[in-house]
Amino acid sequence: MTGARDQVARLLALVPYIRARSEVSLEQAAADFGVSPAQLAKDLNVLWFCGLPGLGMGDLIDVDMEALEGEGMIRVSNADYLTRPLRLGSSEASALIVALRALREGSDDDVRPIVDSTLNKLEAAAGDGAALAAQVDVRFPRRQAHVDELRERLEQAVSDKRQVRLDYYVPTRDESTERVVDPLRVVHADGHTYLDAWCHLAEDQRLFRLDRVSSAEVLDTPVRRHAGVRPRDLAQGIFQPSPDDTLATLRLTPEARWVAEYYPVEDTRNERGGGLLVRLRVGDPAWLTRLMLRLGDSAELLEPPDLAEQVRRTAAAALANYS
Amino acid sequence: MTARKSERLLNLLITLLVSRTYVTKERLRSVIEPYHEANDEAFEKMFERDKEELRSLGIPIEVGYVDRAFEDEPGYRIERSAFELPDIDLTPEEAAVIGLAARVWQHAGLAAATSDALVKLKAAGVTVDREALNVAQPQLTADEPAFEPLWQATRTRTPVRFGYRSSTATRGSTRHLQPWGVVSVQGRWYVVGHDTGRGEPRVFRLSRIRGEVEPDGDAGSYDVPPGTDVRALTQTLAPPPADRTAAVLVRPGAAHGLRRHAEPTPDGEAPEGWERLSVRYGADEAFADEVLGYGADVVVLEPDEVRASVVRRLQAAAT
Repeated sequence: MTGARDQVARLLALVPYIRARSEVSLEQAAADFGVSPAQLAKDLNVLWFCGLPGLGMGDLIDVDMEALEGEGMIRVSNADYLTRPLRLGSSEASALIVALRALREGSDDDVRPIVDSTLNKLEAAAGDGAALAAQVDVRFPRRQAHVDELRERLEQAVSDKRQVRLDYYVPTRDESTERVVDPLRVVHADGHTYLDAWCHLAEDQRLFRLDRVSSAEVLDTPVRRHAGVRPRDLAQGIFQPSPDDTLATLRLTPEARWVAEYYPVEDTRNERGGGLLVRLRVGDPAWLTRLMLRLGDSAELLEPPDLAEQVRRTAAAALANYS
Repeated sequence: MTARKSERLLNLLITLLVSRTYVTKERLRSVIEPYHEANDEAFEKMFERDKEELRSLGIPIEVGYVDRAFEDEPGYRIERSAFELPDIDLTPEEAAVIGLAARVWQHAGLAAATSDALVKLKAAGVTVDREALNVAQPQLTADEPAFEPLWQATRTRTPVRFGYRSSTATRGSTRHLQPWGVVSVQGRWYVVGHDTGRGEPRVFRLSRIRGEVEPDGDAGSYDVPPGTDVRALTQTLAPPPADRTAAVLVRPGAAHGLRRHAEPTPDGEAPEGWERLSVRYGADEAFADEVLGYGADVVVLEPDEVRASVVRRLQAAAT
């Protein structure tokens, strides 16, 4: 039954759309409305029976069926009842206004005034429908414009199947390295944008966070094929511990409980006083050392002993700088 | 079936839109074919459903009396000024901006809402050529399942309840909220509103909501307090502006991440084997976290608060 509702919504826009253009090809109209030409032809058949009902046949809208079936052109007459589309609903107006604001944040000085004037005109036309937009706010990370530009270039490289040379910063090892990658796809997860790619330096599949890419050059060379390599399924999140990773046991005080939510843990056990015992998989010992130094006295590494010793040695070496 | 019903809905709409006065139910029944073909009961049901269906599209159907002297027979009409999209005159560049904006949402429901809006604007005569502007296009994602129900609840002012576990709480609890607005900070969505259980405004992170968001009252049953600034209420969520400066020593060739927001201080003194840098940062503790990540390769000279925090945590980790 939602079919009729959607069809009426479409027709309410279709009539003024055609009137504003005097005639439109079925193809063009279908593209503009995001439906198939066959569906649009069905819609026009409904219109044929609509108009101001009343005496006898009433006063019906006239669709030029000959032009439609012959040249595939849409012409409509006697449709003065519907000269303007329906006003914007609050969800429609707000979704568009919030999107425009997002566009405004990433735009440069040339484009921003155009976005501003568009926003003003749209808000005026939407009237009350725009009210919800005041209750929605979007704040992007500082480097968002850089990430947007990069994302578009990398998406192009994915579809062109071209290799990319990346200058990428690896925080756990604190180094910037240059590498050539075969891009697989660009993906969003957990508030960040990543390039999923085969990395020729690591000789493995890797995820690259776009805000850590300092430069990317799309090369002329085509990507190589890699048997069995497919874009990752990120439904389980970005951090996907491998079963080969070392299993570490941490005792967390209540202030450090966030660790168990932030990183995937194997299991947790509540302790008296609100603390938590967690076991997690550690791929890179440097990462765990970094985490333990941050946590200070709000966490204790119980297992494995060699990693605990490494944390103590690193802390002692750093502390020596302050004496 | 669909075609017949669409026809009926559209004819009802045109009749109500064209009439200058309220149209009685009887009049509608006499002019709209499927209505006068139906028996009394079927007509009543059909008419009620049709009205609701038109209203769900956002069409404002008013109810009033045909003759004020005899207020016994209500009639219906659609006020044209409330029905129609007002004139909107966009330059080609502004139209291109709208076209780009329609691709920003990566969330199915909101992407559909923006394309519906775009269709209406095209119907108002706007021609969209996205190529007219060269802009890097942002994307708005909302993967949290709680996003859609909370967006709708905010829109319709419907109180909600949901299971929630904050980052510090041991176990989750059910929260009752009158949502005022939704905010995205650094790619994560939050809802802000009046927590009726706690009796004060609260902010909740959508990814920490467990299970379904359920209605907890009628639509329109509360008002957002006048002057509420959703942006200001969630200000604490955004990282503070980097308006503080620290002096640090860094081993040559190390701490690349830190160097991205640092400047050399050529006249500052540095011991043998170290470089002295000046670093901009926002919050003391967050900066201490960052420094600790570099282990023995970075030393904080000032400010004292950050230096003390780093030393305190290193002492704990070294024992």
